[in-house]
Amino acid sequence: MEPVLAVEQLETEFVTNGGVFKAVDGVSFHVHQGETLGVVGESGCGKSVTSLSIMGLLPKKIGRVKSGRIQFHGSDLLDVPEKQMRSIRGNRIAMIFQEPMTSLNPVFRIGDQLAEAIQLHMKLKRKEAMRHAVEMLRKVGIPHPESVAQEYPHQLSGGMRQRVMIAMAMSCNPEVLIADEPTTALDVTIQAQILDLMRQLQEEEKTSILLITHDLGVVAEMCHRVVVMYAGQVVEEADVDTLFESPQHPYTQGLLSSLPQLAGEQDRLESIPGTVPSPLNMPPGCRFAPRCKYRVEACEQVQPGLTDMGGGHRCRCLLVEKGVAR
Amino acid sequence: MKASTSPSAVVAAASEPSMLQEAWFALRQWSKLFLRNKLAALGLFLIVLWTLFAVAAPLVAPYAPDATQLEAKLQGPSGAHWFGTDQFGRDIFSRVIYAARISIWTGLIAVGISFFIGVPLGGIAAYYGGWIGNLIMRVMDIFLAFPSLILAMAIAAAMGPGLISAMMAVGIVGIPEFARLMYSQTIYLKEREFVEASRSIGVKDSAILVRHIFPNALAPLLVRITLGMGFSILTAASLSFLGLGVRPPLAEWGAMISEGREYIITGEWWLVTFPGLAIATTILGFNLFGDGLRDVLDPRLRTSRK
Repeated sequence: MEPVLAVEQLETEFVTNGGVFKAVDGVSFHVHQGETLGVVGESGCGKSVTSLSIMGLLPKKIGRVKSGRIQFHGSDLLDVPEKQMRSIRGNRIAMIFQEPMTSLNPVFRIGDQLAEAIQLHMKLKRKEAMRHAVEMLRKVGIPHPESVAQEYPHQLSGGMRQRVMIAMAMSCNPEVLIADEPTTALDVTIQAQILDLMRQLQEEEKTSILLITHDLGVVAEMCHRVVVMYAGQVVEEADVDTLFESPQHPYTQGLLSSLPQLAGEQDRLESIPGTVPSPLNMPPGCRFAPRCKYRVEACEQVQPGLTDMGGGHRCRCLLVEKGVAR
Repeated sequence: MKASTSPSAVVAAASEPSMLQEAWFALRQWSKLFLRNKLAALGLFLIVLWTLFAVAAPLVAPYAPDATQLEAKLQGPSGAHWFGTDQFGRDIFSRVIYAARISIWTGLIAVGISFFIGVPLGGIAAYYGGWIGNLIMRVMDIFLAFPSLILAMAIAAAMGPGLISAMMAVGIVGIPEFARLMYSQTIYLKEREFVEASRSIGVKDSAILVRHIFPNALAPLLVRITLGMGFSILTAASLSFLGLGVRPPLAEWGAMISEGREYIITGEWWLVTFPGLAIATTILGFNLFGDGLRDVLDPRLRTSRK
């Protein structure tokens, strides 16, 4: 089956006073229809920059896509002119942001903001757009949608606002939904509700979701497949069961072993020693080598490639590549 | 909610009472805050008073502003002439009242010019940045480098003395203030998530600037408008005093002071005192009101709901 969205060898760089650095370095992945792909990694690994590259929303003048392709229905989004891109944004590819508290314009009523998004892409009159907006609010489980539509963002709770953002993102039936840490700013109980809502909408609309997160719990619950990113590169890609049962990359293993376990005794949570390398000063070999406990000499000189291990499981590690047992 | 309305009307208007209540609540809270600030209330009173005088000048003024009575020239304040008469026997009280019309019009038009040119310039400069933003803001800096009265004089003199050129000169001098304010507001607002969110749903840059950034910048701009009124009226009066504003015999506070100043030495103080007081109270009114407005619109000073 043809993927809905395919990112190929994406390289995005930022120009700063300190020099030019690559935030995303040769990232490839794809999402099928109705599938949820998790993009996991710690802060600064390039996962948000990847999503902004897809949307064409990189900060002007500072950020730019250097090479690669973003295939969406047979056309490369990087070649699409800005005007056409605007008709894709929000309409066919929509995005949910991390901060529901500040993602809504404080001076407009909820209904008006939703109707604006709807009117942009659907040829609807104001009244019809308003009706559609209320319908969307009902769909995302907001009680009394007619009166909530008349309220201002500050009158809603964080969970309600994230529901509004989801309603806005889903209002034009997008084929791809990019959710950038959609639950990070919410309470745990609300998180579960929001995730349930996203899953339910996905089943109804057959939307593909790109779920960007650092929360492996969310990944286990939501995703079909996972891409693990480290320092701007994909280090491991697998379906969710394989990833949790037999992670191959030492970084993925480290991430998983740093999760608290319910079963069995555990004194301390494990952590990965060291920090992410500065993008201005990347190690010449494997980018994870300085923090890796299995490191051998070759790791510090040779950049490992992605090794295909069958069944869509790929891993960027020299030891895996050479078939060395650890 | 009203009890007498039919059920279907209640459904149709279900959201309206809450909106009205909301607006009423906001209004009450504002007015409470405002009246707590007695000086701001005084400012509002002065503004309203002078506006009423300006609107109803023919009703308030006992004489026509340019009716001369040479037999009654240079008379001190009396029952017939509250503020006395000038060297042509014109009633100073009537002239002061009529002059309020010119001053308030000047303020409105000058601030309008500053606002409608300055705000778009500042918004564009901040939103698009780059060389165009730099160019706009550096030109604004050049304008700001001149003392405002000197610059207004230069512009008014270049355009030729007259009421219209005075208004335009004062308006142009005020542009950089509005541009700078809008610039700083836009710089702050354009990085906010809701702006990025509206870009992510495909809103055009120009629509973001007009529909999303401008309304959020309105509160400080409103304060600036009020303070700008006071500044504009004072600057326009100064231009008229210097002979670059209205031409005689039109009644204008600055011009009246200018015409009456030589009589101070001979003891006819009322010729300059009353127009001077008019200027002082009007500007005091706008400045006190603007300060009060700033306090009210500053969310940090707003009280929590009870």
